[in-house]
Amino acid sequence: MGIRLGLVGLGKMGVSHLAIANSHPDVDVLGVCDSNPVLLSALRKNTKFHCYQNPVEMIETEKLDAVIVSTPSRFHADLVRTAIDHNLHIFCEKPFCLDPQQGKLLAAEARQRALVGQVGYHLRFVGTFLKARQLVQSGCIGRIHHIRAEAYGPVVLRSRGTTWRGHRSEGGGCLYDYASHAIDAVNFIYDAPDAVSGTIARSVFSRDVEDEAYATLIYDSGATGQLAVNWSDESQRKMSVKVTVWGSNGKISVDRQELQIYIRQAVDGYREGWHLENITQLTEPISYYLRGEEYTAQFDHFVRCMEGRDECRSSFDTAAQTDNVIQMLHDDAEAGGRIRQRQEAEHVNVRPTFFESLKSRVTSRG
Amino acid sequence: MERILFGDNQFFGINHASEEKARAQAMRFRNAEAMIEVLDSAHEAGIKVFMCTTHAKVAEITDHVRAHPSRYSDFSFYPCMPYAHKYANAMAEHGPLDALKEMLPPTGAMAALMKGGMSLASMNVEGLAQLLIDAEMKMFRGLNTPVIFLQNVVTDLLLGIGFYEAFNIFARHVKSRYGAEPGFITMNLPALLDALEQAGIENPIVCATVNKAGFRMPGGLAAYESALKNRQFRPVAMSVLASGAIQPKEAIEYVCKLPKVESIVFGASSRQNIVETKRLIDELSA
Repeated sequence: MGIRLGLVGLGKMGVSHLAIANSHPDVDVLGVCDSNPVLLSALRKNTKFHCYQNPVEMIETEKLDAVIVSTPSRFHADLVRTAIDHNLHIFCEKPFCLDPQQGKLLAAEARQRALVGQVGYHLRFVGTFLKARQLVQSGCIGRIHHIRAEAYGPVVLRSRGTTWRGHRSEGGGCLYDYASHAIDAVNFIYDAPDAVSGTIARSVFSRDVEDEAYATLIYDSGATGQLAVNWSDESQRKMSVKVTVWGSNGKISVDRQELQIYIRQAVDGYREGWHLENITQLTEPISYYLRGEEYTAQFDHFVRCMEGRDECRSSFDTAAQTDNVIQMLHDDAEAGGRIRQRQEAEHVNVRPTFFESLKSRVTSRG
Repeated sequence: MERILFGDNQFFGINHASEEKARAQAMRFRNAEAMIEVLDSAHEAGIKVFMCTTHAKVAEITDHVRAHPSRYSDFSFYPCMPYAHKYANAMAEHGPLDALKEMLPPTGAMAALMKGGMSLASMNVEGLAQLLIDAEMKMFRGLNTPVIFLQNVVTDLLLGIGFYEAFNIFARHVKSRYGAEPGFITMNLPALLDALEQAGIENPIVCATVNKAGFRMPGGLAAYESALKNRQFRPVAMSVLASGAIQPKEAIEYVCKLPKVESIVFGASSRQNIVETKRLIDELSA
């Protein structure tokens, strides 16, 4: 008998995780849980999974060792709390918790109980990003002074949309759902920023949430960063995340396919000048493929962590840091918005009318 | 099946090696004329099959082919369905059930059923799958489609969750409604062959990544080579160049030497590359 696993939330990511987990030789997927009776009945009829609408019932009946939480983001915190109370290892989709304080507490508690808590930041399992982290952390490109993170893609392309992704209180908006990948990649490759400023978060099409966000990242080390995220960019076929890092000894530019490296002075086997490394050379073999090697690699890593064979690379702790940056961006955007409103109001009050200025010019001539 | 099939990744900004190249291709093939020009180069070089996804832009190509029946009388399509991003984006925007409704034709049987008070909830998977297949096949009406493929993202998802009967549902409908052979595209060849065997599908057409570099071949090169040697199926090799990781001659020599490989699918954007790759396959298959 392998690891007894259940899954809560059969959305796009949930179904994908279900297939990946079910293909893992060390795992037995026993139960699935969702609020949608139609999906459940289709699975009940056609697969071996036991279907539930109540997660606690699933956890207790199936005597689970571990659970995948892939529900809409607003349910993550409660479900993770329930799973911790039942001493389960947890794989939770990103973002971790909408309230970063709660995320930190849950991370601490999972750590205390020696439970594996992993969050689905799959870029940490893409060979190019992993190599970029190694190069930055080993000092290959010297002292880091600037980092730029971009994420563009075609998620919201018109003002419709009735799912939770369109509601801020439910974890919708491109900061939670899209920027989180770019921010987590920055945290992974270099470090989490200590402060943010100049955040603009605004709608392009959505009624209630931001579709694009831009900000400056500030580090105590003296480094700075820029974040640019837009999920209403139809020119992209799918989400594309790119991170560029400038250091005193060169530059690294990384996306899912390629790692472009410029080295000023030869270091660690890299001669000076350009180097190009491709994902085909940087991908470790996997046992089952669905939508990208990284999804299997991250689940395999979760299993290895549960088996005590690895240290978690995308833990509740690192994900809580990412939640914290998102919160800083939300706060900064709102504060900036208030300042702009006040300035506009003051501007209106002090701006003289045409006749007032004419009058003052005339009177000043004496 | 034809020995050489012309693929369509290059037309849709899909490049496993570089986002910049992918974007350059997306710009070059922004309209159907540019695609048709390349397709004509392939046709002139003696390639008679276009193996393509059901991307909306393919409908413009099929319109063109229908409009010139004599020019393309020897030309066939091997449709690969569904174009997955269409579903994935709809699922993110509308949720799973409304996404399905979006994908189904606004008129016809489904609309009638909905109006009649029937919901998706009460439909069986087979009926729904048939409607979805028919919706995807619409753009190929009146054209030659001797083989119809299920795309790897769906094949491998069904494989992963263990819903093997779905392969039969697909196979039955493709055979009975379109008189076509069912094909399955996969990134997980050894595991899929086991599943198809369990589902009772004999000697299936399976399109899988096969390249000397072992790129995107889960389970490993050795498991793939053993499957090609020992299993009963009709293989179509894709990603033979492993996104440029192997030199063309070496890559094609490897695939041509493998037992059983019936067809090789490749995509290219220039006449020169098409002619050269076709020549290599012909030469090394002899």
